[in-house]
Amino acid sequence: MTEQRTVLTGKHLMQGDMACAEGAIAAGCRFFAGYPITPATEIAERMARRMIEVGGIYVQMEDELASMAAIIGASWAGVKAMTATSGPGFSLMQENIGLAAMTETPCVVVNIMRGSPSTGQPTEPGQQDVMQAQWGSHGDYDVIALAPASVQEMFDLTIECFNLSETYRVPTFLLADGFIGHLWERVIIPPLEEIKVVKRKKPKVPPEKYIPFKPDDDLVPPMANFGDGYRVHVTGLTHDEHGYPRTDDPEVQFKLVQRLCEKIRKNAEKIIKIKELMLEDAEVAVIAYGIASRASISAVKKAREAGIKAGLLRLVTVWPFPEKIVSEIANQVKAIVVPEMNYGQLVREVERAAKETPVHFIPKLGGEPHKPDEIFEVIRRAVK
Amino acid sequence: MKAVQEFEMHHPMAKYLRTERFPHIWCEGCGNGIILGCFTRALDELKINIDKLVVVSGIGCIGRIAGYLRCDSFHTTHGRAIALATGIRLANPNLTLAVISGDGDLFSIGGNHFIHAARRNIDMTVICSNNFNYGMTGGQLGPTTPLHSYTTTSPYGNIEHPFNLVHLAAAAGAVYVARWTALHVQRLTASIKKALQKKGFKFIEVVSPCPEIFGRRNNFKKAIEMMRWLKDVSEIRHGYDPSKAEITMEKIVVGEFVDVEKPTYEELLQKKYIKVQEKLREKNAG
Amino acid sequence: MSLTTLAKPVVRRKKIQEVKWHVIEDFCKGCTFCIEFCPVNALEESQKLNVKGVHPPKLKSEDACIGCGLCERICPEFAIYLEKVNTNEKEEEKK
Repeated sequence: MTEQRTVLTGKHLMQGDMACAEGAIAAGCRFFAGYPITPATEIAERMARRMIEVGGIYVQMEDELASMAAIIGASWAGVKAMTATSGPGFSLMQENIGLAAMTETPCVVVNIMRGSPSTGQPTEPGQQDVMQAQWGSHGDYDVIALAPASVQEMFDLTIECFNLSETYRVPTFLLADGFIGHLWERVIIPPLEEIKVVKRKKPKVPPEKYIPFKPDDDLVPPMANFGDGYRVHVTGLTHDEHGYPRTDDPEVQFKLVQRLCEKIRKNAEKIIKIKELMLEDAEVAVIAYGIASRASISAVKKAREAGIKAGLLRLVTVWPFPEKIVSEIANQVKAIVVPEMNYGQLVREVERAAKETPVHFIPKLGGEPHKPDEIFEVIRRAVK
Repeated sequence: MKAVQEFEMHHPMAKYLRTERFPHIWCEGCGNGIILGCFTRALDELKINIDKLVVVSGIGCIGRIAGYLRCDSFHTTHGRAIALATGIRLANPNLTLAVISGDGDLFSIGGNHFIHAARRNIDMTVICSNNFNYGMTGGQLGPTTPLHSYTTTSPYGNIEHPFNLVHLAAAAGAVYVARWTALHVQRLTASIKKALQKKGFKFIEVVSPCPEIFGRRNNFKKAIEMMRWLKDVSEIRHGYDPSKAEITMEKIVVGEFVDVEKPTYEELLQKKYIKVQEKLREKNAG
Repeated sequence: MSLTTLAKPVVRRKKIQEVKWHVIEDFCKGCTFCIEFCPVNALEESQKLNVKGVHPPKLKSEDACIGCGLCERICPEFAIYLEKVNTNEKEEEKK
């Protein structure tokens, strides 16, 4: 038996990466495969120390291709699995992220984003992999991605990532950045019994009646683990409900791809989480996520002090994109301000949802997050 | 009686196969069907619990093997079979685990995963169907294509030195290394049985005829000619130095080359786990 | 019929086991491995054409097969299987 050190209930001063590792453990993650990369390495280091304490597996793979493959394997063997990386590693993982999407494998990928493209700025934060998270691997599939804005959220949202991933059988991303990953803040870890953990939906029928990829009403098929006696065949090829390759049947391809997308889109309202600040009467809305939302809070408050009716919509869920919510806000306000630590990514989604409402984008590159004044200035100009 | 029905009802290996998916897609005279047969026979003779068997394959002709076996099986992305199998193995040490894939999948695009899994001594049996080229895509040059032989991407003859897979596996740390051809059905079956019973990273290379794609570009007019060639050029040498185990168009040394004991990753991890748990107990008691 | 089949007479050897030899004709792709490597040359191409347009193998004579099982193992198509015959029963039948 393992000594009970699974959930470190209490108040801690913790680094974001560590809180992420602790969140994973609290969510029931017992398999971590990774490859060192700044600024995500601390997650692997924490997992290397902690997994063995809680009776889990830490394995350092030869690269990120292998890390992603290993967590898919572990997940099918019935263990909640995670990997953590940054941009360059995230690129390598895309191949098997597509495999996870196609084979509907629950798994969590943490991306502590840094300045990019290519090797970019290893120690500097960025938000440049946001579009890649949804569109990184070839083909159509929908994913779930959450963006933490504090060390506490590194803990909380990692748990949420596991729960969503298990519920919808989809690769789920924690999109943090080098700033949040390396930030030290207070974290409150609740008692074990207060942490909501979702268990995988297992087949309710005996093996001879089980159709591995036949979905329930929520469009998610129950999942039998390897070794359970269900003898499942899993393939990255286009497959029918039995899991068998059917690459020459247009209907099979359409039905499968449609379901891979729709199981997320149809459940979007249940998945999406947002945080609002002073939006009720707002005439200008800042829409931000992750690190960029921290300065946005101060900017909105400063705008209010200056008599501008500003509010903040913080996207906790980045994917599926909260299109409906953004559209509603766009109808209400005169202008939208979007600060992102990139050269313009999620702002495109905002523009699409905002339709006629003007959207003011504030790019940020180089490693220094937005300053509240920069955002405030754009708010001020936007309502003039 | 329909052929598939007869197969399902009477063939002794049918119970291990997804009979509804037969006949398989492989060409006339392809060795992959023979490898599948030898593998099922090994399972049969060892009375392996099929509910606890997982077979992982990569991409390519032999990659389809996972889909023909009536067990939990994963047909992965190109080259990643061993990496994915590593996750399966570590997450559930009670499963019987085999990776069956091709030379291009395991040693070109997946070469890195092979050497590292062998180095870690992860407990799995890796069977490589070596057909000297990329068959599924129409016969391109691969990491094992013999020097000077012809493929669609070496139309003037191959100028790349091929890997000697058994030498590579042995050097990377595999605890069991053997090479057979698709002709050596009894010995191959015996090797698979041995590997499945042994702990650690085991590697079996099977030189497999690819008459349709590789053979016809290299002066083999029929499948049978490739098999005759394998018979003529293969030479059994058990315990032979794998670095010297030649594999050319002129000579193929086959046999068991490595059979050693070494702690597996899982065994070493288990030891560490016990130590850590003891320390934690002391800490909690104190 | 190929020359190789014609060239090899059946070798008479002690039976390993009493079996009934079967071929699932429509599974055969015509590689002729079974015919070539049968240790007693018991097989030859039949005159039949199967769904794949090839001649599946057949036994040259009922008692030619010694039951070694090599053809079953070397057939890449799972087209050949041996049915074990209970020798006691057979002997009783003779009586």
